[in-house]
Amino acid sequence: MPRLGGRNVLMKRGEREKEKVSRLELGSRGIKCVVLSDPLKDSSRTQESWNAFLTKLRTLLLMSFTKNLGKFEDDMRTLREKRTEPGWSFCEYFMVQEELAFVFEMLQQFEDALVQYDELDALFSQYVVNFGAGDGANWLTFFCQPVKSWNGLILRKPIDMEKRESIQRREATLLDLRSYLFSRQCTLLLFLQRPWEVAQRALELLHNCVQELKLLEVSVPPGALDCWVFLSCLEVLQRIEGCCDRTQIDSNIAHTVGLWSYATEKLKSLGYLCGLVSEKGPNSEDLNRTVDLLAGLGAERPETANTAQSPYKKLKEALSSVEAFEKHYLDLSHATIEMYTSIGRIRSAKFVGKDLAEFYMRKKAPQKAEIYLQGALKNYLAEGWALPITHTRKQLAECQKHLGQIENYLQTSSLLASDHHLTEEERKHFCQEILDFASQPSDSPGHKIVLPMQSFAQLRDLHFDPSNAVVHVGGVLCIEITMYSQMPVPVHVEQIVVNVHFSIEKNSYRKTAEWLTKHKMSNGIINFPPETAPFPVSQNSLPALELYEMFERSPSDNSLNTTGIICRNVHMLLRRQESSSSLEMPSGVALEEGAHVLRCSHVTLEPGANQITFRTQAKEPGTYTLRQLCASVGSVWFVLPHIYPIVQYDVYSQEPQLHVEPLADSLLAGIPQRVKFTVTTGHYTIKNGDSLQLSNAEAMLILCQAESRAMVYSNTREQSSDAALRIQSSDKVTSISLPVAPAYHVIEFELEVLSLPSAPALGGESDMLGMAEPHRKHKDKQKTGHCMVTTDHKVSIDCPWSIYSTVIALTFSVPFRTTHALLSSGTRKYVQVCVQNLSELDFQLSDSYLVDTSDSTDLQLVPLNTQSQQPIYSKQSVFFVWELKWTEEPPPSLHCRFSVGFSPASEEQLSISLKPYTYEFKVENFFTLYNVKAEIFPPSGMEYCRTGSLCSLEVSITRLSDLLEVDKDEALTESDEHFSTKLMYEVVDNSSNWAVCGKSCGVISMPVAARATHRVHMEVMPLFAGYLPLPDVRLFKYLPHHSAHSSQLDADSWIENDSLSVDKHGDDQPDSSSLKSRGSVHSACSSEHKGLPMPRLQALPAGQVFNSSSGTQVLVIPSQDDHVLEVSVT
Amino acid sequence: MAVCIAVIAKENYPLYIRSTPTENELKFHYMVHTSLDVVDEKISAMGKALVDQRELYLGLLYPTEDYKVYGYVTNSKVKFVMVVDSSNTALRDNEIRSMFRKLHNSYTDVMCNPFYNPGDRIQSSGSVSLSRAFDNMVTSMMIQVC
Repeated sequence: MPRLGGRNVLMKRGEREKEKVSRLELGSRGIKCVVLSDPLKDSSRTQESWNAFLTKLRTLLLMSFTKNLGKFEDDMRTLREKRTEPGWSFCEYFMVQEELAFVFEMLQQFEDALVQYDELDALFSQYVVNFGAGDGANWLTFFCQPVKSWNGLILRKPIDMEKRESIQRREATLLDLRSYLFSRQCTLLLFLQRPWEVAQRALELLHNCVQELKLLEVSVPPGALDCWVFLSCLEVLQRIEGCCDRTQIDSNIAHTVGLWSYATEKLKSLGYLCGLVSEKGPNSEDLNRTVDLLAGLGAERPETANTAQSPYKKLKEALSSVEAFEKHYLDLSHATIEMYTSIGRIRSAKFVGKDLAEFYMRKKAPQKAEIYLQGALKNYLAEGWALPITHTRKQLAECQKHLGQIENYLQTSSLLASDHHLTEEERKHFCQEILDFASQPSDSPGHKIVLPMQSFAQLRDLHFDPSNAVVHVGGVLCIEITMYSQMPVPVHVEQIVVNVHFSIEKNSYRKTAEWLTKHKMSNGIINFPPETAPFPVSQNSLPALELYEMFERSPSDNSLNTTGIICRNVHMLLRRQESSSSLEMPSGVALEEGAHVLRCSHVTLEPGANQITFRTQAKEPGTYTLRQLCASVGSVWFVLPHIYPIVQYDVYSQEPQLHVEPLADSLLAGIPQRVKFTVTTGHYTIKNGDSLQLSNAEAMLILCQAESRAMVYSNTREQSSDAALRIQSSDKVTSISLPVAPAYHVIEFELEVLSLPSAPALGGESDMLGMAEPHRKHKDKQKTGHCMVTTDHKVSIDCPWSIYSTVIALTFSVPFRTTHALLSSGTRKYVQVCVQNLSELDFQLSDSYLVDTSDSTDLQLVPLNTQSQQPIYSKQSVFFVWELKWTEEPPPSLHCRFSVGFSPASEEQLSISLKPYTYEFKVENFFTLYNVKAEIFPPSGMEYCRTGSLCSLEVSITRLSDLLEVDKDEALTESDEHFSTKLMYEVVDNSSNWAVCGKSCGVISMPVAARATHRVHMEVMPLFAGYLPLPDVRLFKYLPHHSAHSSQLDADSWIENDSLSVDKHGDDQPDSSSLKSRGSVHSACSSEHKGLPMPRLQALPAGQVFNSSSGTQVLVIPSQDDHVLEVSVT
Repeated sequence: MAVCIAVIAKENYPLYIRSTPTENELKFHYMVHTSLDVVDEKISAMGKALVDQRELYLGLLYPTEDYKVYGYVTNSKVKFVMVVDSSNTALRDNEIRSMFRKLHNSYTDVMCNPFYNPGDRIQSSGSVSLSRAFDNMVTSMMIQVC
């Protein structure tokens, strides 16, 4: 650098001659000179001039560097451009660029220096790649010389001059070049405080070198690279450790652990190569190889010679003996595993652990290997990696075999035998291992090896016969299971046993025979979910959280006490996982010994699905739960500890039972009805000669039919037989001999019963005195009128299985309701009987009779009914009418009995004659005493009545007979042989057609003599136009107050004298029963006058009054000006 | 190109794994499994970054002497791992990236198939038409160079 030096001289001169002003040419930039003032003078100018001088100097220096370096770089680039020319040498170029790097390094520009090396690195790499692609450079062939020395990286010196010289001399090998390059990079990186990048780059470098040697097809003695890599790894690690403190290293394990693991790997392969891992130790060939390898290391470098733990020493020691190797290898492995674990790289740690396990296995120390294998396997199982699982299991099996853990080995073998990732041969081998063990006589007889079933065979489905899984005591139950054998070969199984747990649930309705047979309906097939063994079910099968809000309020004031979130399915989430790891452990499975077992012996399980049928005879009633499934092969037992979903079958015992029920909804009295007898035999066996003894009820007949047959069904409703029913009847007892039937069968037969009809209590006046009273339960019902009257018949039945008799009540309904009415036409009397069919059936009525039970000769009942046969349809009525004729004085009352024969209309011919239906009733006071006639006349001079105008109403009451027996009551007064009675009339218009003006009622004294007539005149006003019915005229008996009779009547019958308020029950139907109650009409204020002697009113029985004008109508025409009509009604 | 391609479920069990030198399948299984350590590490390191701005490509997980293992993670935490021969220097980061993107698209197609249950293994046997397209795509990515 002559120019630079020249400038320096110039400057010095300038300093020396401070006073002088010099102008100098300084390059082409036009900066000629610098003016400096005397520095001893303390003036601002001086200061300024010096500052300017220094600034300028700095700028110029930099410019000079830039210019020179730029020129250097240009030259270098030119050199690089020539790289395609023959004769170009990388080493030469290397030296040039490194010079630049040195300059930067000197200038403390480490970053820039590093860039130079990185460029060289990249250039070289590119050449190697191109060489691999066939684009070879001549100079590169030099690097392809065989590797003779593999003494690792040297990072302790800033510049490895030895290697540099060899590069300069173009004698360096690829490894030399790489080593040198990396050592320089490492030095710079450490200057830059980036030790972790060193570690990272080192790993890359090592991988890269191995690749490059391969690519360049450099011949490398076996193990040489391993040595080189091992040494380099340790060298890098020690170098980093040398410049960092402990805490820094600990927190950056992630960067260095790769090197540790790589070193471990390499040491392992060296160990295998040199026969240091085998049991017997190295043979001569191994020793030779070791010697060769050690030779390649050369002598230890002086800078590490004093270090005890230098990589060189370590390697040399490790290769020197089996023990030393083991020590070093274990140290490294443990350190690596520890580091991996500490940074959470569990999988990597397990993987190194597996290598370690392999090493232990080689060293015949399976007990040490096992823990690593188990750990790794657990990890793979948890994440469901099938191939690693299989591989690790295989290793584990070997380990367990060596350890003599028979159960574990057999279990692993069974898992492997069912593993589809293994070849058929391997699977057969492991299967055979199990079978061999099973077949060899065990030392202690009875000793069982219990293994989980899953790997051996899987339970696919289960099928019950009978399909509802309910069987009676003594019945046979079949259980068919499908087992899917996982073994590659057919396996002969001595026995397959299902342990059954038995529980009795007494007093539970759910366990009764009825409930079980009716409700437990299923198809009897239970499917078991297939095992998802290789899947990590633990994570993805977890159900989602079911969270709910929860508020708890205080009961008193409804204020919020607590609130929170409840997880409803906590039992699902927190339940112990059926972790796969536990499957590997032999412990969990315990053989249950129960009293109840289902057994199936000597089965050969083919690979794939197998059907196995268990047969059992039910003994005790209760619930049986299938718990465990065991298959025994010799002394090996495969156990499925829990059968899930829960499989149960029920055994029940049933008491014999008799049910009697009508076939129809309800039984009808009077006609034959079918009744079904159901005998559930239960545990009782019906023997020949067993019979049901029915004690006959009086009013109920059991009709014996010759052709009646009994059906016998099995419990599952399959018909098993039928037999004729023999029925013997005597006066008291009907005996039905049952057909022979085994236990748990059902006998069904039907019988016809007939409830003898008896006239039910009906009719108003008669209270059924002296009648054959049937069992009347529903007195209320019959009064409501729409329900049928029912009769209960109790039958007591003696069953052969019990000493107690069963009492059965059969309820019969009377299909008819009968009402009667007395009709009058003047003095002629008619009796009408209405028969109403309440049932759903149609009947044929025949032979209707009405007879007078008192047998009075002068009374005649003339039927007006023409047809003798008459159909009566469901819910319809039929009326019968008789005319009542008498010759002499009619009796005050009449007792009648109505009877009609009936038979169901549908049936053509009945085997027995049916009793007729009868109805008795009493009619009293049927003779007409008074004739009431009302007439309305228009006002005089008018042709028609008009609305609003007063019309005259004339009522004439005529006595039709002389004194009769019925007249003799307290109203009768006698004076001079003449009898008279007091009557009260009343004109009421309920339909408000008429306004009655003036008094509407009055008391008259009626002579008791034929044709005595009383006329009453009053005025009424029509309120509407049209044909209006006449107002009603009612007649009452007016009884004086002082009578002995009056005490019987209650106070309600007292009426006020003038303002008569008569009960105005509208429709005066000729119902005698209602009339009677109507007689005791009340007044509104009767309670006030209680105790006062008041006259009473008594309605005349309907038969005694005949209203001859009832039904007549009067024409009323509208008035002209009805809009001014004013009506006042009092 | 790639020697082994694996799709790994969120729960770290393999959904799909296929390697070209089939005789050495086990080695690749181990390798992919071990690489999950680094995937987990990278994901947890990224967890702080915003999810939607996250780079799905994880880059080189770790190199070994013979292979380079690259990773990619979808937003649903399904991982793609690709093992590439180290000697195959022609493969640059960008190519790997685009291969992963292709793989992701193809996987999305599988997911969109209504007959595919998420979480099920993607059968590598061609008999199931469901995953045939995916399988073919993987095959194409593996063959390209060989």
